[in-house]
Amino acid sequence: MASVFEYAPAPESRAIADIAPSYGLFIDGEFVEAADGKVFKTVSPSTEEVLSEVARAGSEDVDRAVKAARRAFEKWSALPGAERAKYLFRIARIIQERSRELAVLETLDNGKPIKETRDADLPLVAAHFFYYAGWADKLDHAGYGANPRPLGVAGQVIPWNFPLLMLAWKIAPALATGNTVVLKPAETTPLSALFFADICRQAGLPKGVVNILPGYGDAGAALVSHPEVNKVAFTGSTAVGKEIARTVAGTRKKVTLELGGKGANIVFDDAPIDQAVEGIVNGIFFNQGQVCCAGSRLLVQESIQEELLDSLKRRLSTLRLGDPLDKNTDIGAINSEEQLTRITSLVEQGEAEGAERWSPACELPESGYWFAPTLFTNVTQAHTVARDEIFGPVLSVLTFRTPDEAVAKANNTPYGLSAGIWTEKGSRILAVANKLRAGVVWSNTFNKFDPTSPFGGYKESGFGREGGRHGLEAYLDV
Amino acid sequence: MSDARLSVFKTYKLYVGGKFPRSESGRVYEVTDSKGKWLANAPLSSRKDARDAVVAARKAFGGWSGATAYNRGQVLYRVAEMLEGRRDQFVREVADAEGLSKSKAAAVVDATIDRWVWYAGWTDKIAQVVGGGNPVAGPFFNLSSPEPTGVVAVLAPQESSFLGLVSVLAPVIATGNTAVVVASENAPLPALSLAEVLATSDVPGGVVNVLSGRTAEIAAPLAAHQDVNAIDLAGADEVLAKELEIAAADNLKRVLRPQPVDYTQTPGTDRMTAFLETKTVWHPTGSLGASGSSY
Amino acid sequence: MPSSALTAAHPLKDVAASDSALRRFLHGLPGVDAVGLEGRAASLGTRSIKTTAKAYAIDLAISMVDLTTLEGADTPGKVRALGAKAVKPDPTDRTTPSTAAVCVYPDMVSVAKEAVAGSGVKVASVATAFPAGRAALDVKLADVRDAVAAGADEIDMVIDRGAFLSGRYLKVYDEITAVKEACGTSARLKVIFETGELSTYDNIRRASWLGMLAGADFIKTSTGKVAVNATPANTLLMLEAVRDFRAQTGIQVGVKPAGGIRTSKDAIKFLVLVNETAGEDWLDSHWFRFGASSLLNDLLMQRQKLATGRYSGPDYVTVD
Repeated sequence: MASVFEYAPAPESRAIADIAPSYGLFIDGEFVEAADGKVFKTVSPSTEEVLSEVARAGSEDVDRAVKAARRAFEKWSALPGAERAKYLFRIARIIQERSRELAVLETLDNGKPIKETRDADLPLVAAHFFYYAGWADKLDHAGYGANPRPLGVAGQVIPWNFPLLMLAWKIAPALATGNTVVLKPAETTPLSALFFADICRQAGLPKGVVNILPGYGDAGAALVSHPEVNKVAFTGSTAVGKEIARTVAGTRKKVTLELGGKGANIVFDDAPIDQAVEGIVNGIFFNQGQVCCAGSRLLVQESIQEELLDSLKRRLSTLRLGDPLDKNTDIGAINSEEQLTRITSLVEQGEAEGAERWSPACELPESGYWFAPTLFTNVTQAHTVARDEIFGPVLSVLTFRTPDEAVAKANNTPYGLSAGIWTEKGSRILAVANKLRAGVVWSNTFNKFDPTSPFGGYKESGFGREGGRHGLEAYLDV
Repeated sequence: MSDARLSVFKTYKLYVGGKFPRSESGRVYEVTDSKGKWLANAPLSSRKDARDAVVAARKAFGGWSGATAYNRGQVLYRVAEMLEGRRDQFVREVADAEGLSKSKAAAVVDATIDRWVWYAGWTDKIAQVVGGGNPVAGPFFNLSSPEPTGVVAVLAPQESSFLGLVSVLAPVIATGNTAVVVASENAPLPALSLAEVLATSDVPGGVVNVLSGRTAEIAAPLAAHQDVNAIDLAGADEVLAKELEIAAADNLKRVLRPQPVDYTQTPGTDRMTAFLETKTVWHPTGSLGASGSSY
Repeated sequence: MPSSALTAAHPLKDVAASDSALRRFLHGLPGVDAVGLEGRAASLGTRSIKTTAKAYAIDLAISMVDLTTLEGADTPGKVRALGAKAVKPDPTDRTTPSTAAVCVYPDMVSVAKEAVAGSGVKVASVATAFPAGRAALDVKLADVRDAVAAGADEIDMVIDRGAFLSGRYLKVYDEITAVKEACGTSARLKVIFETGELSTYDNIRRASWLGMLAGADFIKTSTGKVAVNATPANTLLMLEAVRDFRAQTGIQVGVKPAGGIRTSKDAIKFLVLVNETAGEDWLDSHWFRFGASSLLNDLLMQRQKLATGRYSGPDYVTVD
């Protein structure tokens, strides 16, 4: 009986996601070609297979979409909140009904494991619409005074790491509060947003309330700078976030930015060690580490460093990397060649600067964009891998001796999005959390998200909060 | 199909613990429409039915109050979906019960469905509106959260047999309480039919229990019951309400007194907060390092 | 096979030198965060085990079953039937592996021995005033000796939960070592914690270490006689304990979840826990067991399904 327990391939059927050979822009309730006829290809990062050809929005298209949204705004914002709520509930339900299809689609277009799209992304997407649906007719109770008014047209630019979830974070509160939307998905992951356009049609959403413009950074820039956009919401890199902040300077546009991070995961010597190991793994290898709030810096108390690293390495050796559609895959593909190049170069820099690199034995598929889970030890605050956001499956391990030192090191970054604290001592959790300059602090857990819970950063991780009651403010004239 | 087809009557039953029993009393009473025409026989609940309903509600409380607010919201929204599917039935029952035209009854039913949707959306928001952190003057984390009070007896409004009923029932269960509802005495049929919707809407058995009969007879044992935590007196007249409030004082039930309500208007949060407790948790935070305490 | 007892020289030997030393050691073990533990167990429960992996897992699971009957109504006839089933679980398919053992009360050991004679199937006996464990030590030891004398290959003892919960760890430890001694060299000792009564995960981790320090060959979740028996989370925790114990001492200890595992799907989830926590060294009936009765027939029906492509039914497996 002594053979190894090899899991046979257990692929989710991709047939459930019926991808058309080409897609248009979704403007004013219709799929249309780009004004200049431009298109781009979207590929599956795990195989480099072309999935579809998608219209590429230019500034003329942005103008059409913003005007459509402007026209739709008057009626949409005048609807009773209870009616807007029912549209959003419809959308939430249709997402639940079609969630497996969307999960497969997202896995194909993004490269992340089906386990994650099925068990994390899609349930959160539906929940987000469900939650904000309920706010649409309760805005009087949200703490922003009686009858708070929407802003108008929201221009939203989202990243490729959680394409549909970031869409939900942007669109659900915007619609609930009575705004209309022009949203640009990332150029490497346009498909789920286009499927969402179809969901809007199934839900009977009035034309022009939601417009989807697949495209590149130029379309995003045109959208952000469009004079008839009243609200800008961006999730992405800190560099682009700063550019947006400059663009909107001197206008009346309301802005929220959700940018990069270099989250510290602080493990004290009295931590629940097995759960801490799981939390560290989840913190940096969830979605291949392509998460703005990833716990990319492990700060471990020196007295347990060895024990923790042994456990961590043993655990990393059980991670299953490969076909993202396989239900047993833990680590999928990196989203794009460009991102893979960035990760590779930063990791090489880390090695060159003297940090010690370790990866479990791990076979990478031949085609597609892949990076093995990687651990850096002997890292100091001065190392690039401890300072720059890598946005990949790379964990830098640093040590500390006292809580003050842990806090000082955790805060010693221009970023301030997330942090984790692992200790069985409640007062230590709260004292450390008090001192951390980060928008989300997880204690004895990591990478937890909920539509009721506000999310967003301090410092160069951006400003404004998404989610929860707080997330309404960004879309209200208050 | 021939005009002469004889229709099948429905036997209206109570709804207790997820099941549809007849009254333990073995008795029924005649329900008529506004013109006095016989509609059906409804169960005449006894004090033992009330007792059974409280036992069922208590048993369901742990699971329902322990479910996530999101889950409760999904379940309540499902009720709205199922009601929409039975819209015609309820329009007929409400028209008969309240002597309304079909179109007026339809407006009442639509408003009722929308009321479920309204409360479905409250499950995961009420804590954010009435709870929150408190900036106490000391090194302490301090958080107040609302929690359901427990088993709530609800005397449904006598006039508004459906919209009124839902307007008093939904806020009770949205926050995690379980309910024993006494239906409108003269117009209990929409309430008894609502039970059929609840039974097929993922609402766990015992979360809502529906009794029909003489309000005063059923309400008395409920108001005095030591394992009931609160009572909504919406369906009691002034004299009865006072008697019940006195009985309820025995174990200090939370009492919501009857008041004039226009059920067509969007409600506030008062019917939810009436049956919520506030729990405040303190925990030391302390300071870091040698300048304060060092761990 | 490494010895299952710590040598006198091992540093961990000292921790049982006194009640206070033992308490300090057990309370110094890392805490368990319940949400995280249960989350991890649930996450491993989503593994999708198909085709060849499933066939492997089903046969492995069958070979790990301690086919159990622990009823007041047990008779020699019932035990003989159980023994026959353990040896040849599926009379229609001779490739079906035997189960690991039959598990019976001490007075049924000799009947069971006869029933499985020559097959390699072990006879396990519960002892020490199973399931409550409420008897004087010499009564418990007599119970054990009786079973061993009748030929039991394995003894499933229960710990004194009352003593454990009131913090008298050394009493529990001493009882286990005494039982271990009574087992002699011929019987392997499984120590049942009754995790449902220990109530907290911290307690389960402490009990696991206590049992292993005292010389358990196996640590076992439950008697199957209380409301909460084996769960993925408590078994995962015990697998972490045996993994860590071997890392520290070099001694490998087996794990036996018991009670409440009724379907092949459940059993396969437990094997995934073993595979990804303790590792493949434990994927063997010598180191991992299922205490179960109805599980076997479900495994057999699933096995038939894999062989024929048709779903089987309860009329096509034997009822014993």
